[in-house]
Amino acid sequence: MQCGLDIFMVEAILNGALFGGVLALLALGLNLIFGVIDVVWICYAELMMIGMYTVFYLHKVYGLPLAVAFAAGIVVVSVLGVLLHQFIIRPVLNQEPINQLLVTGGTLFFLQAAATFAFGIDFKNLGVSLPSLELGEIQLPWSRILAAGTAFVAMLLLWFFLKKTYLGTAIRAISQDRAIMPLMGVSPDRIYLVTSAIGGALAGLGACLLVLQYDVHPAIGLSFGPITFMVCVLGGLGSMIGGFIAAFIFAQFIAVGGSCFHLEWGYVLAFVFFIVMMFIRPQGLMGTKA
Amino acid sequence: MTASDTSRPLPWGWIAGVGALVLVPFSGLGSYPLHLVNLILLWSFIYTSWSIMGRFGLVSFGHGAFMGIGAYTVTLLWNHFGLSPWIGIPIGIALAVVAGVLIGYPCFRFRITGHYFALVTLALTEVVRLVIVALRDHTGGSLGITPNSALKGTDYSIVGLQFTSKVAFFYLLLVVWLFGLWVWRRVDRSMARYAMQAISQEEDAAASVGVNVTRTKLLFTMLSAGLTALGGALYGQYQQYINPDTVSGIAVSLQIVFAVIAGGMFVQLGPTVGAAFTILLAEVLRVFIGNDLHALDSTIYGLMLILFIIYMPNGILGKLLEQRTPRAAPTVAPARH
Repeated sequence: MQCGLDIFMVEAILNGALFGGVLALLALGLNLIFGVIDVVWICYAELMMIGMYTVFYLHKVYGLPLAVAFAAGIVVVSVLGVLLHQFIIRPVLNQEPINQLLVTGGTLFFLQAAATFAFGIDFKNLGVSLPSLELGEIQLPWSRILAAGTAFVAMLLLWFFLKKTYLGTAIRAISQDRAIMPLMGVSPDRIYLVTSAIGGALAGLGACLLVLQYDVHPAIGLSFGPITFMVCVLGGLGSMIGGFIAAFIFAQFIAVGGSCFHLEWGYVLAFVFFIVMMFIRPQGLMGTKA
Repeated sequence: MTASDTSRPLPWGWIAGVGALVLVPFSGLGSYPLHLVNLILLWSFIYTSWSIMGRFGLVSFGHGAFMGIGAYTVTLLWNHFGLSPWIGIPIGIALAVVAGVLIGYPCFRFRITGHYFALVTLALTEVVRLVIVALRDHTGGSLGITPNSALKGTDYSIVGLQFTSKVAFFYLLLVVWLFGLWVWRRVDRSMARYAMQAISQEEDAAASVGVNVTRTKLLFTMLSAGLTALGGALYGQYQQYINPDTVSGIAVSLQIVFAVIAGGMFVQLGPTVGAAFTILLAEVLRVFIGNDLHALDSTIYGLMLILFIIYMPNGILGKLLEQRTPRAAPTVAPARH
């Protein structure tokens, strides 16, 4: 039990902030998809898992340079995102929202089983270990610093893309009014595909950063998926800034709660906090009225 | 199955079907096939319990929470306090109902519906799973727990609700399964069902004609949670082993939802068909493919699931009934904008 404000607590808080960066990156893609297409990809973390396997196999098994493996990982997941939209989500786009949730849930199941089938259930380690940054007695792994830094950069880039480019403007417009935009000459189908590709690429980027920190195995999506949706919902589904803030709050619950008691209790606290917040602010921290 | 046929003659189909089922253990079925039949009955009951609320659009991703509460309450009370499952089961059911109210009341009060409801219940099931793991000194953590044996040289213990014989469990589970179907039917014929159906289609309109939305939803949630806890408790007694991942958490919660969808969410025997289909599919694929190819069965199942949701959201049985009597299609319209 380490609950005083000592050096361990400071380390926990800093580590929590870095973990928050990773969660923020994961939430970013999911929020973009939801904001634009109005669909929650329950299988988001499973797409990421496929990305992690791609990086693992290309780098560790086939010996390609890490940078190439990373680029391939991002491309593969991005393509998967497009396929997911085209073949699985598009057919149910006009059905009840719960069917969209269920169909991506089915995809989760499928990807997890397919990964078990193809890659086995053992944990695979990329074998790349970055050193830790040492500040006095505090140790911060570089892999986490890199992840949090990348999350910030990705967020800024996405923001510029959405605000400054023609395509970004079209994406924002369609998320505001799905019915009117086709009349203005914007094809929703094309926008949805572009958005799915970007969302997939963000999941792929998440995969590259996570594979540096965690071993990949078929069930890894279950450790990141639920928490990513909760971050998004807590922030207000579709609100990228809200998701960003929520990611850091969530990560602090996990890090500090985990440091005070035990890792699972950190998660329990975070989930209970989520449930309570849903009752207090169902629309999320930054969401407009749900 | 319209509500007007209350004065119909004796349900001969049902009587014949149940009569045939009662004879199953005498048909020379081996121990393993009987085990499969038992599992199908047990899961059918749990799936039916889920569908009591699921078919009205209250899609819960958190029924693993109720199942876990049922299973762990009974086993922990038995192992630590020597309390018989006959007392433990009502306590487990009561706790699951309380959990259902705790999560349901605020959700319904604050109009959390659709995928928000699904995600809140998902959080609940994870909370239950993680609490079980975290209390590892008492629950055995991720390694799971086995109920202390009540069989001291005997074949059965009524007090401990343990039987070595699969036949005994078969009859117990058959009764429980029929009970689940009976509850489903009672609910289907009740006034509350009409209220619930109205709510699932248009909440504001239902409220405006005097339906107490929160109370009606809560009623269905409590019923569903309690029955699921009973199913969880029986799962523990039958398997004599539970662990946090097989009775709580996301994996089992999604398993429940998907099996019901595969079978048919809107018809009485849909969840049963879903249970039989998923369990037999896994067996058949295992027999044909062998044990070497891990997870091929779940891969195929996952793929079929996606196709089901896209092409036949009413499930296998729903689709069959739909084709036989095109007008008696789903009791709840699945498409709504």
